[in-house]
Amino acid sequence: MKILVPVKRVIDYNVKVRIKQDCSDVDLSNTKMSINPFCEIAVEEALRLKEAGTASEVIAVCIGPKIVKEQILAALAMGADRAIRIDVEEQPEPLVIARLLAKVAEQEDAGLIMMGKQAIDSDNNQVGQMLAGIMGRPQGTFASVVKIEGDEALVTREVDGGLQTVALKLPAIVTADLRLNEPRFTKLPDIMKAKRKPIAETTAADLGVEVTSTQQQLSVAAPATRQAGIKVASVDELVDKLKNEAKVI
Amino acid sequence: MKTLVIASHNNSTLSPVTLAAVSAALKIGASFDIFVAGKGCATVAEEAAKIDGVSAVLVADHDALEYQAAENLAATLQANAEGYSHIVAPATSVMKDALPRLAALLGVGQISDITGVNGEAEFVRPIYAGNAIATVTSSDAVKVITVRTSAFDAAPTGAGTGAITAVDNAVDCGLSRVVSEEIAQSERPELASASIVVSGGRGVGSEENFALIEKLADRLNAALGASRAAVDAGFIGNDHQVGQTGKIVAPDLYVAVGISGAIQHLAGMQGSKVIVAINKDPDAPIYEVADYGLVGDLHDLVPELEAKLASVL
Ligand SMILES: Cc1cc2nc3c(=O)[nH]c(=O)nc-3n(C[C@H](O)[C@H](O)[C@H](O)COP(=O)(O)OP(=O)(O)OC[C@H]3O[C@@H](n4cnc5c(N)ncnc54)[C@H](O)[C@@H]3O)c2cc1C
Repeated sequence: MKILVPVKRVIDYNVKVRIKQDCSDVDLSNTKMSINPFCEIAVEEALRLKEAGTASEVIAVCIGPKIVKEQILAALAMGADRAIRIDVEEQPEPLVIARLLAKVAEQEDAGLIMMGKQAIDSDNNQVGQMLAGIMGRPQGTFASVVKIEGDEALVTREVDGGLQTVALKLPAIVTADLRLNEPRFTKLPDIMKAKRKPIAETTAADLGVEVTSTQQQLSVAAPATRQAGIKVASVDELVDKLKNEAKVI
Repeated sequence: MKTLVIASHNNSTLSPVTLAAVSAALKIGASFDIFVAGKGCATVAEEAAKIDGVSAVLVADHDALEYQAAENLAATLQANAEGYSHIVAPATSVMKDALPRLAALLGVGQISDITGVNGEAEFVRPIYAGNAIATVTSSDAVKVITVRTSAFDAAPTGAGTGAITAVDNAVDCGLSRVVSEEIAQSERPELASASIVVSGGRGVGSEENFALIEKLADRLNAALGASRAAVDAGFIGNDHQVGQTGKIVAPDLYVAVGISGAIQHLAGMQGSKVIVAINKDPDAPIYEVADYGLVGDLHDLVPELEAKLASVL
C-alpha cells in the first residue's frame, strides 16, 4: 500500500505573525517557514505504518513554487521515499488543492492519504474532507490513533464529547490531530540522504485541474488586543474584585 | 436567497450552539430553514421548530445518520441543498467533519469558523490562530459556512412555528462505520457554552491534583477546561482542551490555573470577558491577557480560593 502525504509550507508555529502596513495580508517576508505541524505528524504516522510493514512506500506531495522544496526536503529527511511538487505560483484555494491532490492520489493509486487536519496559517480545516468527498472515499478526521486491519483503517477521532473510533474501507483519507504521535527529529545524515531522493515535478495543467478562485481576502486586521490587567495580592482581593468590580460571580 | 441551518444535536436534544448559527443566518438576512439529520431525532425537530422565525424544519431520520457520519451527512445534505444560497452550521466536530465534504460535493468553497457577517457574501474569520482577523468575500453560488459559536449570541427561541417535514432521501454511502465511542458524561456545564470556565495546565502536576481544579470548577458551577499540555500528560480527557486545536470558548469568566499562556492556548480563550490567571511565574505570558493575576503556588491558592468562594457564593 502506498501512502500519500500532502505537506504544506507555513509560518513556523513559534513565530508571531505581523500584519502588513496596508492591512492587505500578513507579512511573511523574512519569516521562518516550516512544515505545517499537523502535516509533520501525518508524515510521521505514514513512516510508522511503513516501518510496521503495513505500507510499502511513503510519497510526500507539496503544492507551491520552488521554495517549497525546503519543506519537501524536510519530509524526505524524516524518511519519505520520494516527493512530488505541483508547481503553482500562489496557494490555491482548498477546493483546488483537494482537486489537485485527488489527481495525484489517482495516478499513484494511493491506499491511504495521511494528512494534517488543518494548516496553522489559514486554519481552514477543509482539504482532507474535500478530497475525500471528491474521491468518494471514507474519511477519518482529527485522528489520534490509526491502525490498519485487513482492508480497513481503524481511526480513533477526537470529537467534541471525547473519542470516537470508526472503521473506514480502504482506500481512505485520514487527517491527523496533535496527539497522533510525536514526530522524529532528523539528523544531518538524513538531510544529506534526502537530497538524493527523487522529486517529481508536475503542474495543475498536467493534472488537468483548472486553478480557479471564488474567495477573496479583502483585508487583514490585528485582533482586538486585551490590556494586561492587575496583579492582586491575595485570594481575598481576587474574590472581592470578581464580586464587586467585574461582577462575574 | 434562503439559508439552511444545520442543527447540532445528540438525537434527543438540540444543542444550544445551533442558536448561534441561527444568529449568523439572521445576520446574512435571508429567511431560513433548519435541517435535522439523525436517527430517532423527532424531539430535536420539535425543538428546532420553535426557534423564532424558522420557516421549515427538514428532518432526515435514518439509521445511516445516527452518528451524523460525514460521508452520509454530506451526501444527504447535498441531496437537499437545492434552492439554498447559504448553508450554515455551528463549528462542532461533526460539522467541521461534514461541511467541507458537502462543499466539495457541491463544487464550492467553504468559509470556516466565521466570527462576523458583513453582508450576504462578506464574512470575518480569524486566521493564524486568531493572531489576524481576515475579511473575506465569496462569489460561490452556494456559500457553505461554519460558525464560531462563541462569537454569536444565541438567537431567540420559543415563539417559532416552523413546519416539520420529513425528507426520505437520506444517503447511506456504506463507506465507514462507528466501532465505538467514549463520550464523557458530565454533570458540569458544557465547555462551549458555559458562562464560567476553570482550566488547568501542566502546572497542576498530576491527574490526582486535577481534583483541585475540578473542585474549584464545581464551586463556580463552571465547565472544566485544560491546556494541551495537561491533556497530553493525561491529567484529563482531550474533550476539555481549549485552544487553536481544541475548543474555542468565550465565557464571562475564564480562570487559567498553571497555564503559561502559549499563543495556541490564548487562541481558544482570549475572547473571554474576564480572565483570571493563577501561576507561580510572575512573568508568565498569561498575565499579559489576564484582568486579574494571582502569583503563587496553585496548590495553596486554589484550595484557599475554593474555600473563600464557598463563603461568598
Ligand atoms: C500546532 C499546535 C497547536 C496547539 N494547540 C494547542 C491548543 O489548542 N491548546 C493548548 O493549550 N495548547 C496548544 N498547543 C501547545 C502550546 O504551544 C503549549 O505547549 C501549551 O499550551 C502549554 O500548556 P501549559 O500552559 O499547560 O504548559 P506550560 O507551558 O508548561 O506551562 C505551565 C505553567 O504552569 C506554571 N506552574 C507550574 N507549577 C505551578 C505551581 N505549582 N503553581 C502555579 N503555577 C505553576 C508554570 O509557571 C507555567 O507557566 C499547540 C501547539 C502546537 C504546535
